[in-house]
This record gives sequence, structure tokens and C-alpha cells, in this order.
Amino acid sequence: MKKIAISNIEKLYNEISSLQELYLPVKKAGATNFAKYENGVDVDIKSLQTVKSAKDLFFPQSEDMIDFKVSGKNIEIKDARAQSNPFVLFGVRGCDLKSFEVLDKVFLQEPVDTMYKSKRDAVTVITLACNNPESSCFCKVFGVDPANPKGDIQATIVGEEMFFEPLTDKGSELLSKLTTLEDGDEKAVESEKKEISQKVEKLPFVNLDLSNFKGENLMELFDRPEWEELSKACLGCGTCTFVCPTCQCFDIRDFETNDGVKRFRCWDSCMYSEFTKMAAENPRKTQMQRYRQRFMHKLVYFPANNGGEYSCVGCGRCVKKCPQSLNIVKVIKKLGGKN
Amino acid sequence: MTNEALIPVVGVITDIRKDTPDVKTFRVVTPDGKKAFEHMPGQCAMLSIPGVGEAMFSITSSPTNTEFMEFSIKKCGCVTSWLHSCEVGQMVTIRGPYGNGFPVETAFKGKNMLFIAGGIGLAPLRSVINYVRAHREDYGTVDIVYGSRSMDDLVDFKEIEEEWKNEKDFNVFLTIDREQEGWDGHVGFVPAYVKEVNIPTDRTAILCGPPIMIKFTLQALLELGFNKEQVYTTLEFRMKCGVGKCGRCNVGNKYICKDGPVFRMDQLEELPSEY
Repeated sequence: MKKIAISNIEKLYNEISSLQELYLPVKKAGATNFAKYENGVDVDIKSLQTVKSAKDLFFPQSEDMIDFKVSGKNIEIKDARAQSNPFVLFGVRGCDLKSFEVLDKVFLQEPVDTMYKSKRDAVTVITLACNNPESSCFCKVFGVDPANPKGDIQATIVGEEMFFEPLTDKGSELLSKLTTLEDGDEKAVESEKKEISQKVEKLPFVNLDLSNFKGENLMELFDRPEWEELSKACLGCGTCTFVCPTCQCFDIRDFETNDGVKRFRCWDSCMYSEFTKMAAENPRKTQMQRYRQRFMHKLVYFPANNGGEYSCVGCGRCVKKCPQSLNIVKVIKKLGGKN
Repeated sequence: MTNEALIPVVGVITDIRKDTPDVKTFRVVTPDGKKAFEHMPGQCAMLSIPGVGEAMFSITSSPTNTEFMEFSIKKCGCVTSWLHSCEVGQMVTIRGPYGNGFPVETAFKGKNMLFIAGGIGLAPLRSVINYVRAHREDYGTVDIVYGSRSMDDLVDFKEIEEEWKNEKDFNVFLTIDREQEGWDGHVGFVPAYVKEVNIPTDRTAILCGPPIMIKFTLQALLELGFNKEQVYTTLEFRMKCGVGKCGRCNVGNKYICKDGPVFRMDQLEELPSEY
């Protein structure tokens, strides 16, 4: 166990970033998101939740794939995928850490997505326990323990100090290089974790019932009349999918550059009307159908294909960000429990 | 395979055949004159023109064709319109193969086959039909019921007339929706024709065409005494990656691009009807 006084923590950021690129919660224009540590950035390590999740680091919002040279009838293909250098991701909360497992199930399944894998392989994750989970948090429902996020290194803030515990070889290796840290005592951390666990039990959504979301109920859930009411206010803006740490749908698109065509992939949303639109047909014509697809995928289809693992981690970002106050909690309350 | 699978290779269009007023068949090889990859009947490939877009097409030619791949493509959207306007020698990009294909080596083997297609729906079936022709000893009688709006809209008409009709134990039944000058064959919709021909129920059936045609033809087959376990179809859905990751073609717990596009009717019944 190692520790540092929070008043000294800039020194730690500097030391880590002298070894590898460091990404951590940074406040910019009033919003905290994961960003590269550089001189003068406003680090917001205590912020409980970044606006966008940490999935950006492995599955960027937009990512170059191919450069095409086009001349007359001829086409040349040049691989434009970026190489990943080792980097440290600091301040990942339990919910976002769990989302990496969900994304791994999609991108690391055969055929392995090399763009995603190269970044996953390159990262050392320093998680941070949540001292004060919010009322919109329901990670426990999805098996996350916010007091014990198992990264390569697990960090816990106790009072004015931050403690570090290595959990993997990668974590031990990094920690052993950090001279700004001093030895710390485990007892303080243990009592802080207990306190967190007690707070979690008192959160309003902690007892959401998921028992009805089973593969064998797929058709019954799909046909439930409640979807109409649940989706009525949905604007199809896609905010929920963009802030969601597990939403992984993407588009592949081209744009013309000065001397060719660049092909890139970027986030997409099943909430958009064009998501499934073909020249002659659109299998999901209404917003209700698209809304239903998103939640059925997270709560029923994904678990059916992944040993019961849900594609929601209870981070509560959709609860906070939906302009119409629609969210997965309302869906679970309506359809998740035994009737 | 890794997602190098998302990175295509260059293909060259070496022949363009106008099949109908809105269907052309494109022959594609690599710049050194070879097939881009091997495939099984019913599998698909992503074709793209940089700057225009990328789209999934069923591979129309049979894998037994060792020289080139063919794609019969109906003009209906951005990519297809662009392809229809291009000339021989045009390069495209190609990647694949994607999807499960038809079980030609397992469930279909030794069976009497019934192919039912409507319009451009013949495109994916042509691959299977020519595969069956190339392995004639492995399959029994072959019945083909094919219908289109008019005689001008029948795809592969020359191959049907000159080759399929002369194949041993092949019965070809053509129909068009409305009377037309110069057509002395059957007139009427496919589902009704299937019942009229009264095909024996020992056939393994493969259906492909517009959704409405599939719906009523399946009904006709069931009325004839077929069961859903002997009827196959292939689905169309918007796709981007082709490997079950981009999320686009997810229906129920299946991804059309990798778990399909070929499904048996009883399997389709277990999926939400969003295809």
C-alpha cells in the first residue's frame, strides 16, 4: 500500500506523465471529461463522474481507418489506423471499469477488433473508489462494488490522502517506479471502504429488480405494451448512447480530403431514424421501436449472448443527461420485476 | 481473421451485364485477375466506392466459379446508383466473405430442392443453384419457381433459358405479374403459382424476394403441407462492419451479418419481427 497527500498530487501526475501519457478527469468549459494531462490543465480527480465515459480511450468517438487515393478509375488503399503507445488512465470509477469488460465482450470476440485491442493492451488503469456515490448511481444492481474497483492499481481517497494498492503485475510495475509515493497503512482504507458500502445500501435505486430480464422472456418482453408509454417522450437525440459507457454501435463513413478519401469509424446510435434505414426499407420505423431496441439489447439480447452479463453498469449518466428524463431505471422498474 | 476484416482490398470491375432495366451484374476480380476470396453460397461481400459508401451484397456467382465473382445489383440507393453509372475497368473495394451461407454441405445434401424467388431475390439463390449444378450428384430434383413484375425484370434470363432449363431433373417455372406482349408463359403472382404447380412436399425450400412475397409464399407452402423446418430464407439488413460489432443488424439476440443472413423459418419465428 502506497499513499500521497492530495495537496502533493500534482507531483504524482507529473511523475506518471514523465513515464507514459496520462489521462485523467480534466475540467474544461465547466465539464469534466477524461483528457491528457498537460501543464496547466484543471485536473478534477475528485469529480465522481465524467460527463462522457472512459470508453473514448479505447473506442474513440471518431477514429481514422483508411486513406484512399482515387485517380480516375483507380483506387489505392492505405491503412490509416493509429498505433497505440502505453498510457495510464487514472481515476476510473467502478462502473466505467465494468464497462470495459462489457466492451471487451464485443470487440475482443472473434474476429478481434485490432483498433480497440491495441488501446486496451496499452493501458494501465488506476481506478478510484467512490467516496460519495450519488442518488443517480445504481452500479450495485449490476454487480459493481464502487468501494473496490479492481483496476491494475486501486486508489482510495481517505481524508486528505490518496492510497494506492497494486492488483496486477502491470500495476505493481508502475507503482514501483513512482518515487513521489510513500508507504501507507491499510487500516484507514479498509474503514473507508466499509463506509462506502454502507452509503451504497442507502441509494434510492439499489434494489432494482432485474429478475424478469431473461433470454426465455425475450419475445414476451419485446411485445410488452408498456414500450409505447415508456418511449413516448423520446426525441431520438442519442444523448443516452453517447454518454453511455457500454453503447458501442458504430458507423463507418468516408469524407473527401484534399488529395483523396478518408474512411473513419465513429459512434452511432440505434436511437437515430437512419440507423437501420436502407434504400427501400426501414425495419425500425418508429421511435418506439428504436427505443425498445436499445433497452432490449442492454437488458435481454446482450445477456442472452454473454452468459447473463448485462450491457448496463448502472453509472446513471442517462438518468442525468436525458433531456426528457427517460432512462434505463424507468424501463427496469416497469419491466424488470416479476409481476 | 481480425478486423483487418474492416480493411478491404481493391477489386476491378471487368464486365458489366445489363440484366433488366434496373439490375446489372458486375464481375469483380483483384487487379492481378484473381478472385478476392473464396466463399460459400449465400455469403455476402462488402463493396465500396471511396467517398460514395460501402454496402453489403450477396455474392451471386457460385463458389465453383474459380475465375471471378459476380454481383447482381438492383439500382435503388447511393452505392447501387453509382455502380450502375460506372464503366468496365472501374476499381472498387471489396471485403468478405460475411455470413453463414446456405447449408449446402449439410442440411441440403441429398435433398430434392425447391428454389422460389421474386425479382432481384434470385441473386443470392443463383449462387446456390449453380453450386447444385456443379455438384449435381449430391442433390436430387431441383424445382425453380421464379417470378418478376414483367419479362424484362427477370434476372439472368439467358442463363435460365439456355442452361438451367436443360439441366437434368431441373424444372423451371417462370411467371410474371401481368400479361405482356411476347410472353406466352405463366402470368400471376409467385405464391399462387407455387400452389398451382403443386410441388411435392419432400423438397427443401429456399425463398428469397420482397418481404410481402416471402410472407405469402411461406403461407402457400404451409398450406401445401410443408413445415417451417424445411424452408429457408436470407435476410437483408443495413450493415456496416459485417462481423457483429457495429450493432446495426442486431435483431433479437442475433446479428444478421454473422448469425445470418440465412435463417430457417422456424428459427426466424423465435426472433422479433423487425427484419
